[in-house]
Amino acid sequence: MSDAFYMRWREMNRTEIVRVENLKKYFPVEKSFLEKLLTRTRGFIRAVDDITFSVLRGEVFTLAGESGCGKTTTGKIILGLVPPTSGRVFFRDREITNLKPEELRLLRRRMQIIFQDPYASFNPRMKIGDAIGHPLEIHGLASGLEKRKKVLSMLERVGLTPPEQFIELYPHQLSGGQRQRAAIARSLILNPEFIVADEPVSMIDVSLRTTIIDLMLDLKRELQLTYLFITHDLAVAKYISDRVAIMYLGKIVEMGEKEEIFSNPLHPYTQALLSAIPVPNPDRKRRIIELKGEVPSAIRIPMGCRFHPRCPFAEEACQKEEPELTVVSASHLVACHLAKGSEHA
Amino acid sequence: MTRLEVKRSMLASIVPGLASLGKKGLAGWLVVIGTLIVVSIVFMTLIAPWITPYDPSTRGINVGRPLTPPNPQFPFGTNDLGQDMLSRTIAGGSVMLQVAVLSVIICIIIGVPLGLFSSYVGGMLDRTTCLVMDSVYAFPGLILAIAIAATLGRGVVNMALSIAVVYVPSYFRVIRSQVLSIKETPYVEAAKSIGAKNRTILFKYILPNVVPSIVVVATVNFADAILTAAGLTFIGLGVEVDIPDWGWDLANGRRLLPSGVWWVITFPGIFIILLALGFTLVGEGLSELLNPKLAER
Repeated sequence: MSDAFYMRWREMNRTEIVRVENLKKYFPVEKSFLEKLLTRTRGFIRAVDDITFSVLRGEVFTLAGESGCGKTTTGKIILGLVPPTSGRVFFRDREITNLKPEELRLLRRRMQIIFQDPYASFNPRMKIGDAIGHPLEIHGLASGLEKRKKVLSMLERVGLTPPEQFIELYPHQLSGGQRQRAAIARSLILNPEFIVADEPVSMIDVSLRTTIIDLMLDLKRELQLTYLFITHDLAVAKYISDRVAIMYLGKIVEMGEKEEIFSNPLHPYTQALLSAIPVPNPDRKRRIIELKGEVPSAIRIPMGCRFHPRCPFAEEACQKEEPELTVVSASHLVACHLAKGSEHA
Repeated sequence: MTRLEVKRSMLASIVPGLASLGKKGLAGWLVVIGTLIVVSIVFMTLIAPWITPYDPSTRGINVGRPLTPPNPQFPFGTNDLGQDMLSRTIAGGSVMLQVAVLSVIICIIIGVPLGLFSSYVGGMLDRTTCLVMDSVYAFPGLILAIAIAATLGRGVVNMALSIAVVYVPSYFRVIRSQVLSIKETPYVEAAKSIGAKNRTILFKYILPNVVPSIVVVATVNFADAILTAAGLTFIGLGVEVDIPDWGWDLANGRRLLPSGVWWVITFPGIFIILLALGFTLVGEGLSELLNPKLAER
């Protein structure tokens, strides 16, 4: 992203809560002993490859993309669960990338995460009540009866009623939907401002997804939260988001207001993803863009535009030069040579 | 069996609700039978002072004619010192059980924290400990135990120590591999994200989840410790002669066997086998019930 644009972007959005600048995360690839001897270069999985974005206070910002595009890694880096290779993360204009463990611990009260797998995100040997109350204990905010009261009211708030009953249960005694509600309760008990929701509904029965998302939206309004919502499901993204960023192989290829992205997708990848959303009416005519082949390995990212091998519209320029994320309108950015061309033409 | 059921059975097997274990199929029955064998032998050893018909120690010499074959007065016969073999068999498990319990305790005290910390911290510490543990593991168990026991001298504590040295690596390995996988689970990550300190994560999130594996290794360790203890006394590295012990009787009986005296070696031998079998059954059954992954190994 050009510096000039970036300055303008910041001007426009004073109330950003989280800002990510040129974030990169490369995981080294383990090689066999022989390969280590024979080759000198080290391979890297470029999980997150130079992304920049801001999340504004009170919004739902969605990172969407296929599995392996680096969206979860981004979320974990923001929370300090994974150290970035380079780049910076700001929380309310304060850099949080290289905090000391103690400072990071304090920050945990203000930013939390909801994990994808509600079955694995609870300690199987801890009762639900203890698991939800544990953050309070860790930060020395409440204990004993006071803690119990807070846990009960939080359980009630996320719809696990009667709370007195749920407090005594072990995670395996809850259904997937109930566990995800409990996970939401655990992440909210410290009264955070910012929540990273890492595919919170992808492992939940389809029939329950809307209720969980609605619960999250209700809580957002009630507790004035900001969500960074991570999903591979554009239908969910359309339902919950204010703004959306589409990621492909570690890079943001398109970003903007939800309405813009969904009504006027400019990147061929976004267009392909959107055309893959199932539509209830089979007679409705729509353009379907089929992609060629598989997502390339993040170890060998293609030259030029990383999407060009699969792009149905790829031109010569796409193989040579990597397109930058550029502004097409006040609320819409795209990284595609063709989209830029069509806009200027 | 679903994961849910496995978890329930974990609880059921640690809490002494043995009756319900029978419903878990073959593995459940193994645990039930094994526990019954072990409990009855332990009970027999505990009440030995009151139920032995004759004094099993050296004070019970010449209560009968030496080398009397089994008869109504001496159902298990007598040995070459004229001691009653029934009394010696009833009381003879005491040393072995003490050694086994003590060595398991020592193993748990050393092996479990070592495995926990080493794999949680990782890096050089982990590599060094692994190297040391693997080199201990490379020795044949009994030979190493004999060497250490020979250096330390006789006695229950020394026997327990020499057996513990041999078995610490197996605890270490099992704990380490478990921690390595638990470390990566979302619930540990969740604990980190709520701001838990390493100590809290280790003791509240990881340790409770490796306890089932510790139980399994400990029961297998019990069985091995019994046999090793028997081996040590058999070659004379065990306890003093006047303490009744199956291992000692085994050694004594082997000497007498060529002259047709079969009863001195048979009955203590049967009990050693029974006790080791009991622990092995419990261990095998538990490992299948608690930890399907461990049973595959």
